[in-house]
Amino acid sequence: MTVNLKGIAASDGLVCGRAYRLVEPDLSFQRQQVSNLDNELERFHQALEAAVSDVETIKMRATKSLGTDGAQVFSTHITMLQDPELIGTVDQTIRKEEVNAESAWASAVAQYETALEKLTDNPYMQERVTDLHDINKRVLAHLLRVSLPDLALIDQPVIVVTHDLIPSDTVSVNPQFILGFVTDVGGRTSHSSILARSLNIPAVVGTQTVTQAVKSGDQLVINGTQGTVTIEPDAATWQMAQQAMADRQANLDHLAAFRNHKTTTKDGRGVTLAANIGNASDLPSVLHNGAEAVGLMRTEFLYMNGDKLPTEDEQFDVYREVVKALAPKTVVIRTLDIGGDKPLPYLHQHPEANPFLGERAIRQSLAHQQIFRSQLRALLRASAYGHLRIMFPMIATLDEFRQAKAIYDDERSKLTTKQVPLGEIKVGMMVEVPAAAMLADRFAQEADFMSIGTNDLIGYTLAADRTNQDVAYLYQPYHPAVLRLINQVISAGHAAGIPVAMCGEMAGDPIAVPLLLGMGLDEFSMGAGTILKTRELIGQLTAADLGALAETALNSASTSQEVVTMVQAAVPGIVS
Amino acid sequence: MEKREFHVTAETGIHARPATLLVQTASKFSSEVSLQYQDKSVNLKSIMGVMSLGVGQNAEITITTDGEDEADAMNAVAETLKKEGLSD
Repeated sequence: MTVNLKGIAASDGLVCGRAYRLVEPDLSFQRQQVSNLDNELERFHQALEAAVSDVETIKMRATKSLGTDGAQVFSTHITMLQDPELIGTVDQTIRKEEVNAESAWASAVAQYETALEKLTDNPYMQERVTDLHDINKRVLAHLLRVSLPDLALIDQPVIVVTHDLIPSDTVSVNPQFILGFVTDVGGRTSHSSILARSLNIPAVVGTQTVTQAVKSGDQLVINGTQGTVTIEPDAATWQMAQQAMADRQANLDHLAAFRNHKTTTKDGRGVTLAANIGNASDLPSVLHNGAEAVGLMRTEFLYMNGDKLPTEDEQFDVYREVVKALAPKTVVIRTLDIGGDKPLPYLHQHPEANPFLGERAIRQSLAHQQIFRSQLRALLRASAYGHLRIMFPMIATLDEFRQAKAIYDDERSKLTTKQVPLGEIKVGMMVEVPAAAMLADRFAQEADFMSIGTNDLIGYTLAADRTNQDVAYLYQPYHPAVLRLINQVISAGHAAGIPVAMCGEMAGDPIAVPLLLGMGLDEFSMGAGTILKTRELIGQLTAADLGALAETALNSASTSQEVVTMVQAAVPGIVS
Repeated sequence: MEKREFHVTAETGIHARPATLLVQTASKFSSEVSLQYQDKSVNLKSIMGVMSLGVGQNAEITITTDGEDEADAMNAVAETLKKEGLSD
């Protein structure tokens, strides 16, 4: 019987396939006396071997998508599963107490769990209890002969049905086999939704009941554009979804041809297409979509996921992983951009009347230098592993840039004194405050590069908050005032001989791209899912014609609509 | 038997990654390898043992190797400690 569920549209597209329930099985067991001890020991060792083999598979997948460092946690799991003391304790318990392997294993694991939990002065190691839980479940599942679902073990195309995805679930995702996601909980900005969009696969979240309504193997149709799920659909619905998938696949195949291409206009002008990322787990989508660099890596997630500041080493691990995985591509990492709408509860910042005009981003960093210095040290140390650039957000005055740069220089020389290996690093700034755009020629004398953050630049220029529905119409990327500011930054950069990038949504906007090319923008950084489309578009444009288009728009357009009309006239067939 | 002391310099102490590498290194040798921290001593071939010590920054640790290849084992462990930035 067909059942329909309604959820939140999280990632566009229509897809059909078999359900894969990523729901933890019942791993409960009874402590039992056993008589055949050899048999029990053999069961235990077979379960261990099978668990090691699972983790080897997961590790292999994760290594492919994340590099050796990203897969490191799985080496730790394997080492745990092969721990001679742990195994010895279990063997001994089975022999001495004549109990079943499940209870011998679980009690040995519980001993170490208690030991880890006692490490109150070492919260990092305390958290490793999660690794212990992971291997515990894996061995129990093999002993109980139930299958422990795992995204990394999926080897055919399925729709994943789960309560919610957590970041660690996603490191080993093989996008090739994941047709779509449906979850019980979450919203458009939850981790599952962001992941689905970065992988370009349809998703519906927040259905509340999907894990109860669906069994593994059920036929599903999910519509990620409308937020609906159909369980055991009729033939017509199934066929419609199949057709949509075929069309979608044809489009992806078409775009895939651009994956390993350089980005050049029809007349041979090269630009760089880069990806914006928010986490090391976005790395697969960067590589999958053929990004030539990372133009913006946000670092807020490191600070927002926990209930305390991340340590320098924790940050170093993440930065190194990203920089190393992408070398020789360049990675621009933005220093902490908190405050505003992204406060950190544990810092006890006092509420501000106008958070967007308050102590956020570089202002916060300069006011709380210990946090800033620890981040800079982590970045500096990571620079030895690839091509790193550091970017300061929300710079409004030269004093701010100079102060931030001086702190950077100070940390750099301290590390150099200690003979810590460092790579060559460029230090630049985001241009997102209109004052910085107006004064770009002065900044260009001191920064190694500039990157235009259009989301904020547009908001501050038109004095409108785009999340406020009543004034959202004022969020106008093609407003001539915005275009003039952008052009001023690009010209100033080029006059000083430094590259200019853009890392806002505008960089992947088809109406904006011809104008930006005409103004001479060097690097376009965008959500990874937009890269291939933009590369195709740029290949159809002739740079030589676009200079004139940009000039007309800058000099004679009075409104946003006039700009759109000019671009559409100059580039027939382009749609916003 | 060889015995050597180390001062742990890394900010997060002997955390999961270096612990894994230390255990992998120690496991290559037939000698018994142990790690002593404060009043506890554990088998350096046991990651759970190493992790449950929770060795933090500025800890003073003692490595002991005992067996046929004790000198090589000690050198390899010292090398790993240094390479992972755990100790000078």
